[in-house]
Formats: sequence, C-alpha cells, structure tokens
Amino acid sequence: MSSAVTTIAPAMELSLRADMTLGTRNRYAIDDIAAGLRLWRLSWALGWLDIRLRYRGSMLGPFWLTISTGVMVGSLGLLYSTLFKINVRDYLPFLALSQVLWGFLAALVSEACTTFTEAEGVIRSVRMPFFVFSMRALIRNAIALAHNIVVIVVVFAVFGIWPGWEALVALPGLALWAVDALALTLMLGAFCARFRDIQPIVNSVMQIAFFLTPVIWKPDQLGPSGIAKLAFNPFFDLLEIVRGPILGSPIASTTWLGAIGYSVALCAISWGFFVRARGRVTFWI
Amino acid sequence: MASNALIDVEHVSVLFPLYHGSSRSLKKMVLAAASGRLGRDQQQRVVVRALTDINLHLQSGDRLGLVGSNGAGKTTLLRVMAGIYEPVLGRLRVRGSLNALLDPNLGMNMELTGRENILLRGLYNGLPRSALPRLEEDVAEFAELSHFIDLPVRIYSAGMVVRLGFALATAIKPQILLMDEWFLAGDAVFLEKARLRLEEMVRGADILVLSSHQAEIVRSWCSRVLWLDQGQVIADGPADEVLDQYLGSVPAQPVAALA
Repeated sequence: MSSAVTTIAPAMELSLRADMTLGTRNRYAIDDIAAGLRLWRLSWALGWLDIRLRYRGSMLGPFWLTISTGVMVGSLGLLYSTLFKINVRDYLPFLALSQVLWGFLAALVSEACTTFTEAEGVIRSVRMPFFVFSMRALIRNAIALAHNIVVIVVVFAVFGIWPGWEALVALPGLALWAVDALALTLMLGAFCARFRDIQPIVNSVMQIAFFLTPVIWKPDQLGPSGIAKLAFNPFFDLLEIVRGPILGSPIASTTWLGAIGYSVALCAISWGFFVRARGRVTFWI
Repeated sequence: MASNALIDVEHVSVLFPLYHGSSRSLKKMVLAAASGRLGRDQQQRVVVRALTDINLHLQSGDRLGLVGSNGAGKTTLLRVMAGIYEPVLGRLRVRGSLNALLDPNLGMNMELTGRENILLRGLYNGLPRSALPRLEEDVAEFAELSHFIDLPVRIYSAGMVVRLGFALATAIKPQILLMDEWFLAGDAVFLEKARLRLEEMVRGADILVLSSHQAEIVRSWCSRVLWLDQGQVIADGPADEVLDQYLGSVPAQPVAALA
C-alpha cells in the first residue's frame, strides 16, 4: 500500500500505581493541568462547537442569547424601576451589567456540574486530561458572555454612558473569575459525577444566591448595616470587582480582599478534591 | 522494529464501584451477580471485580490476543493499558505512543462536516497544526468522501459513516495499538481495502493488543494469547496452545464454529 498512513501519534509515557503518595498525586494533578493547557486548541474548538450546536439551524445563531438577555433586561428594568421607584436612567445600565455578569456566573456554576459527565464518551475511550473539559466549560461560557456584552453596550449607548478607562480595572477581576471558574469546574465536575443529586442542590443554592446578591437590587438599598453584611456573600465581592469599575463606583479594598480570599479558599478546596478524585472520575461517570 | 515501547502491568486489579441506581448500573449488577463477582469493599460499597491481579509484560514485537467470554474483562484490560482506568491495586507502566481503538465513533459529531470531524480528531490526538492537512487528505481519500467532505455527517449514507469512522480511527500510527473486537466485526467494515489498511497499521505497531471473539483472527495476528475469565487470567502462553485450550473449553460458543 503506497497510500501509507503517515500521521504518527505523539509520544507518551505513563506510570500509574494504586498506592500513590500524596506527593505523586499532586504531581499527576499538575501534569493533568499542564497537559490540558497544551491541548488548549482542542478546548477552544469544543467550546465553540458547544455554542454552535446549541444554536444550530437558527438564523441568528448565538445572537439569540443576546436577544433573550436584552428582552429580559428591558422588561425587568422597566418593571423594577417602577416598583423600586428608581430613575430608569440610573437603574437600567446597572441592571443590564449585573444581569449579564450574573448570567455568566449562574450558567457557569450550573454547567460546572456536568463538566465531566457530558464528556463521558470521550473520557471512557481515550486518556484525556480532565483540565481540557474545564477549559471547554469556561470557553463556552466566555463566548456566551461575549455575545451578551452587546446588551450592555446598547444600554450604555442609549443612556449615553461612557465608563471611561477606569473600566479596564475590571480586567483583573475577570482574570480572577477565569481562575475560579476553572477551579470550580474541576471540583464540581468530579463531585457531581460521584454524587448525582448535587446538581439540583447547586441550582437551588444559585437561585437563593441570586436573591441575596445585589443583582436586580442595588447594594445601597440595604442601608449601611446591610452593606456590612454583604461582605459575607462571596458572590457580592466577586461580582463587585468586575461590576464596580465599569459602573464607575469605587471598590472598597475589603471587597478586593474578600474576593481574593474567597478565590484562594475555592482553589485550595478544589485542588484538594481534584488531587484525590482525578484517578477515580472515570469510574464515576 | 528497534524501539523501546513497553507495557508493564503488575498485580493490577480493577474494581467498579456501583454508586448509581441507574438502569445501566443495575444491569451491570445483575450480570455481575450472575457471574458471582459481586462483592463489597471496605466501605461497604457494592463493587464489581472487573480485573483481579493481572500481570503482564509486553515489549517491542509482542502481539498479544485477549480471549474470553463477554464480560471477562478484555475491554477493561485494554482501558487499563490505555491509561483510562487507573489501577485500584497494583501498577501500570506504558512507554510509547498509543492508540486505543475502543469506540468506533469517538468524538465523531453528526452535526459537523467530514472535514471538521477530521480536524477535531487531530486536536483530540494533540497533533501539531502542521500535521492536520496530511491527516485530512489521508482520511478523506480513504473514506472516499469526495465532495461530501464539506457536508454534515448527518446526511452521509451509513456506509460513508462507517468508512469515515474507520478511516479516522486508523489514521494515526501508534507504537502501541490496542484494539477492541468491534473493529473486526461486520462484513461492511471488512472490505479488502479496510483490511489492508488495518493490517498495515498492525504491522507498523511495535506492540499489538487485540481483544476478539474470533479465534481465527487472533491466531493469524497474535503470537501470544491471554485467556481471561471473570477478570482472572486462566491461561497465558503461545497463541496456538492457549487458543486450543480455550476453544476446547467452550464448544458451545460460536467461536468454536469459526475455528
């Protein structure tokens, strides 16, 4: 046969043992992440694919995301500005931004639960770094967020608001979100593969968090004592470090400290869990 | 074939925990109960012992066939060697590039075009960007997609889907080739052309591990045979010897008719 297959599989070396020390387990978890990062093009392709397939055959494609978010923000904005008796001009930009950012967080947390179970077929037929699926979940949700940004831009434009260059301070906040998202998908992905009833619990927790976090209401509606209590809500700190700079409201250093503190805790817990669970996830899905 | 490819399986056991009350697990549980492999581990979880204390050393040039009835642990052993199931007891060492032909439709998405599926497969295998055009050309040519390559796989004929799956699976040359029996099943797949391609791939591999019901194929391709039953090694040795023993013990099975 002259039409010989010339594509050669990349070299591989594998050494696995059941009685691994914690140090070895840590090394394997690090290897998983390093190997996952090297496959970033796969994660990218899978993330895009998820979005494309979700809106397959529809004329507007992923812009349905934008439209549904826009309609929701518009109707909620009119309703609540009437209910809360706030000026639409003050309220709608706040709501558009909050709603889009919260939509990202909520979808990410919920989808984190199926990070590994949705890739069951692949995981069971080829050795693949688990981090690839974490990055896929992050990329998929980041793409959805990018589509929804249009809503924010339109609302800001309608009310003639220009956040100024200070808005760029939101970028480190978004970077922190990305790290948290990857940590969360690794942990919840493995945890929900093991315990299938976690996802409904996570979803109801997020529902409660939605009401307890200033997303559709403004923090100053709580009064000073209420604002102090908000510091105990991790979602508030994390939301505020991205939302504050864009709205031009100053961020307290405690908010940044809180956001970093909660993130470090999340990463530590996720890491501890992932190091232990990595070799077992295949058996769970 | 001077290469340092190697598979080392030492005292490997694999236990499947049964956590979920899903029908799939229930089915497994019933099957396992029927074959007396249902037990409980230290934490009182119900587990299935899929493999018990497997020892195996393979090096360059080895051609191993796995035989045994359904549920004997053949596919599980392949998955262990591929690094998919990490051993619960014992250790595993693998050196050399590896391709496990376990799932005929791995990563194949019906909504994507043939070309996109080929590129996706390249990405799954961690190929560098420069290798992708060659891969695309090779697969498209073998699967005879011609102008269908830019149409979604959904509209392909059944034959085209099979050809594409086969071409994709055999498009990447490994040092270690792990092959499950589905790959040899079905006359449609076994066109002369597919057979040639597969044989070339098998010849090109330093180590072959083939799991099959068909004794004839194992006999012609493998020099050594491992007979598994209920996750345990019954016999391990030269192909003819073990196959005769295996076929002698299971006259009722269709494999006997083939031999």
